[in-house]
Amino acid sequence: MTAGLSFGFATPWVLLALALLPVLWLILRAIPPAPVRRLFPGVVLLLGLKDDDTVTDRTPWWLLVLRMLALAAVIVGLAGPVLNPSDDSAGDSPLLVVMDAGWASAADWEARRTMVSALLEEAARDGRPVALHRLSDPQELRFLPADTWKSRLAGVLPQPWEPDTDAMAQLADAAAGQRFDTIWLSDGLARDGRNALLAALQSAGQVRIVEAGSGVLALAPPVFRDGRVQLSAKRSQSALPRDIVVQAIGLDPGGAERILAALPLRFDALSDSAENALVLPAELRARLSRFEIQGNRSAGAVSLTDDSLRRREVALIAGREDREGLQLLSPLHYLRQALQPSADLLEGTLKDILPANPDVIVLADVAVLSSGEEAAVLDWLDGGGLLLRFAGPRLAASDVSRSAEDPLLPVRLRAGGRSVGGAMSWGQPKSLAPFPADSPFFGLPVPQDVTVSAQVMAQPDPTLADRVIAALSDGTPLVTRKTVGQGQIVLVHVTANAEWSGLPLSGLFVQMLDRLALLSDSSTAQADRMAGTIWQPLRVLDGFGRIEDGQSLPGVPGEDLLAAPPGPDLRPGLYRDGDRLIARNILTEDSTLTSARWPLDVTVEGLRGAVSKDLTGYFLAAALILLALDVLASLAVSGRLWGARAVAGLALAVMLLPATDGARAQETEAHARDVVLAHVLTGDRQVDDTARAGMRGLSEVLYFRTSVEPGPPASVDLERDELAFYPILYWPITPDQPTPSREAYARLNDYLRSGGMILFDTRDADVARFGAASPNGRKLQRLAAGLDIPPLDPLPADHVLTRTFYLLQDFPGRYDSRDVWVEAAPPDAELIEGMPFRNLNDGVTPVVIGGNDWAAAWAMDDRGNSLFPVGRGRSGERQRELAYRFGVNIVMHVLTGNYKSDQVHVPALLDRLGQ
Amino acid sequence: MITYTQLRSGAESEAASLPPLLAQAEHLAGTVLLGDHGRRRAGLGDDFWQYRPVQPGDTLRMIDWRRSAKTGAQFVRQREWQVAQSVMLWVDQSPAMSFASARDLPTKADRARLLALAVAILLIRGGERVGLTGTQLPPRRGEGQILRLTEMFLQDEAGDYGTPEARAMLPHARALFVSDFMGDFDAFEAALTKAADRGVRGVCLQVLDPAEESFPFKGRAIFESMGQSVIHETKKADDLRDRYLDRLAERKDRLRTLCRVTGWHHGLHHTGDPAQGALLWLHRALEQRT
Repeated sequence: MTAGLSFGFATPWVLLALALLPVLWLILRAIPPAPVRRLFPGVVLLLGLKDDDTVTDRTPWWLLVLRMLALAAVIVGLAGPVLNPSDDSAGDSPLLVVMDAGWASAADWEARRTMVSALLEEAARDGRPVALHRLSDPQELRFLPADTWKSRLAGVLPQPWEPDTDAMAQLADAAAGQRFDTIWLSDGLARDGRNALLAALQSAGQVRIVEAGSGVLALAPPVFRDGRVQLSAKRSQSALPRDIVVQAIGLDPGGAERILAALPLRFDALSDSAENALVLPAELRARLSRFEIQGNRSAGAVSLTDDSLRRREVALIAGREDREGLQLLSPLHYLRQALQPSADLLEGTLKDILPANPDVIVLADVAVLSSGEEAAVLDWLDGGGLLLRFAGPRLAASDVSRSAEDPLLPVRLRAGGRSVGGAMSWGQPKSLAPFPADSPFFGLPVPQDVTVSAQVMAQPDPTLADRVIAALSDGTPLVTRKTVGQGQIVLVHVTANAEWSGLPLSGLFVQMLDRLALLSDSSTAQADRMAGTIWQPLRVLDGFGRIEDGQSLPGVPGEDLLAAPPGPDLRPGLYRDGDRLIARNILTEDSTLTSARWPLDVTVEGLRGAVSKDLTGYFLAAALILLALDVLASLAVSGRLWGARAVAGLALAVMLLPATDGARAQETEAHARDVVLAHVLTGDRQVDDTARAGMRGLSEVLYFRTSVEPGPPASVDLERDELAFYPILYWPITPDQPTPSREAYARLNDYLRSGGMILFDTRDADVARFGAASPNGRKLQRLAAGLDIPPLDPLPADHVLTRTFYLLQDFPGRYDSRDVWVEAAPPDAELIEGMPFRNLNDGVTPVVIGGNDWAAAWAMDDRGNSLFPVGRGRSGERQRELAYRFGVNIVMHVLTGNYKSDQVHVPALLDRLGQ
Repeated sequence: MITYTQLRSGAESEAASLPPLLAQAEHLAGTVLLGDHGRRRAGLGDDFWQYRPVQPGDTLRMIDWRRSAKTGAQFVRQREWQVAQSVMLWVDQSPAMSFASARDLPTKADRARLLALAVAILLIRGGERVGLTGTQLPPRRGEGQILRLTEMFLQDEAGDYGTPEARAMLPHARALFVSDFMGDFDAFEAALTKAADRGVRGVCLQVLDPAEESFPFKGRAIFESMGQSVIHETKKADDLRDRYLDRLAERKDRLRTLCRVTGWHHGLHHTGDPAQGALLWLHRALEQRT
């Protein structure tokens, strides 16, 4: 049945050249690889040394094998190897290719098309006329040259329905009296009229049946039951167990289509259906648009969802809930009963409910809303809500919509309403008139026992006639409607309970609510409610299960939509009538898939996946690759492979690249563990080295004198490095350092806001005062322009920096200038009597700016020797000591935050406690 | 007949190559001269050097009476050693020396010349007379000799491997042979014994390339000497390594033995190592009086 892997040659005699290979073996073996000439003075010491191994002057055997393989590949390639050469003996009678071409063929359509293409090619070689016939889209039977069909083949696509009996009978008729051979690409599903057609074809000539071996898979429509989405899949071949995955696809909150859930389904052995239930939150469920069997491209494997999966949220608000205990008189009782099975009910006050954005708000006998509520409800209506109002004694008694139309009522109302057929009135209770054709209720049967004894009356208005969608037999409006924005307001002129009419007691009530799109359950699609409706296709499926726009297709009568099998006039897809959506899928809930049974005298083949394939290119490419390998191998054998240092260097560089990244990550990790002082890289090597040495020196001093034990200092590249790990950044200014990028500024500002400190050092206090007088000062101004820096002040004598660890009044570095600037004190900070300093600001100053070249004063080499002279003699050493103390103070300030400034209050607090 | 322009351009190119070698050698020598003041020791000469207490063995004539009378102890007056030694250099200039295994390594000849010239500078600064073996450049003192030596060192020799020149050796002079000692060993042996016979002591510095020590070759190869006079072909060079290294060790060992027998010093220097260490060693070795 299936064609095995076979192999043939276009020009087999070229293979004779393979006989040359042994000769080549001998020749190649005798020729050793060329030696390398090397100049080497030590050659005198080599004289007289003999090679131990005399065999090595021959080419190594593996190199020989490599070359032989290359040559063999060339020879075989030139002989024109062909995989699976077709050897079907064919007659010369015309050939009819029949394809079912329904949705069941779509899953393996590519294989079918390939096979048809191979058949056409073969027929073209043999000069047989061909007719290509699709049962799903029958055309007149015409035998044409195969090449003609080949050019049309690309347009031959499966249809999203099954071939019907008529098409088969039509073909059987056409076949009568003709002679041709037939190949029938069947989809493997049992179908009426199939055997009759087979008999007709057999009478015309030889028939071969081709079927895919794997059977057909399809997905039944999802059913919402017990709060879960029940999914079931069917298959035509049930012998073996099989696992499939069904994907739930819908829109994500961003509006893009994506897979919302995946559900595994398992077919047990000998079972032709698989079921599983999917639990989805209501929000996700509402966004579902379809289910698909993963990896199966056919219309049968797609199941569109409609309103049946959605439960509408209906808010019920009654104007009168004072009669506790009188259940049956509650204005909401009948609504609750009608809606409970198919909608999510919300009850509460309007204010609480509106934010939940329900689909429907039912106001039962509510006359007046506050103006705020009214505006909110109008907003909600604009967004597409449905406001359903019922009349009642309150509405009848109120003045709402008397002289002018209330925005929340569809019509003006007459005062008081009317009652008919009561003890004090003439006439009989009125029954309902048949629904007009433009009414949403059109087609619903009107039961004669539903009568209305009281109602509110609409004022005659020019717009009234358009707004009536149901009326009583005397023509007075029973239900009126108007649209507001995208939403609508519907007023039922009777109560929602049975006080004024029998309507809530009848089945019509539920059906009307359904037509108003209040209900949304599977009962929507009941034949009796579909009568008289026309459904407009919204989106339809093609044979592969892809979604197409269906707006241009004609509408479908409601009865057909439910019952008729899919066909050219009823494509599977999503249909709309008014606000209601119904999905029509290939499978209905109770349909099954049955595989076709063919008579025993017919040969049934599998799809011939592998068709003849020219392998010349592959062999020649293999020969080229082998020869390239031979080049490398020859070089290796003669010891010249590693001469190419550039290549080696490149490879090394490539290998080292990730290593440096890893090292960097490790370094950052270490910085996160310890307190690490950091300085900003300026790009000036000398300044950077000094800054680093300065940080090292300060770290040493901190380590010895305080409980701060910093790790080795870090050099920070503002563009690349994460700053969050460093409590303080030392930023030496050079006139030509690059200005940080926008991202770097963003990170710096984050750093400053989250408690970091930057110590700017213009390093020019020996020649310039603070300001824009020097190039470094000007550069600092430019650099700091992008930073979020608060107003600055010269460091006041009572600043907390002067006493976080040491008591300091000077802040020298290598130079001794008093110009050090910090964040200004808030205007209301006052010097308190007896306090060493003001409560300047609660936090830490985010910047300290100066020019004393502190890093140079702090700088130490690895052995702890100072790198730069400071001042002269003993006073210079004193100045260096003060510089270290300033450094210690500033790090303490940064690490302790406002703790130090709070501590000064301790004596005062203790004093107070003591008293 | 050489034309003026040829002479001029030749001279220019020679002159162009002169300063680098000389400058390098001066630079190298400068590192040694610091803190090590050459000949300053007691010996025969005119200048006063020091007084020292009389030791047993000193003759009475040697006592400096004026000095002894001042103090009561007996002193001998020493004069600074002013007898200059003659040091004869032989630097192998054969093509075998102009080999470098890697691009960033100097050739053996470059290193040998540099070391020899640096030693010559040191010696001449120390007051010795320095010249070449053979008759071309007899030992002389003075800065001018350095220039002449430089000039001589820039001449390449023909032939593949160098043989030492042991003629016209001054008796009891000192000598420095710098070579890779890859050439005919009998010639070395003859030269060294001949020199030793005349009472010449000295130093053999063997300069080798790292590749000659490690033999990092593989596969099929034809090894040629620099002058292409000696050729050896092998099918598998890595097989030869052990035997080559054995032979090299044997060659070094023979040289060392020969040096020990003749009372010479033997040193080994690789072009991959810095020159300074070798220069220090050379200087010390030449200082030592055997």
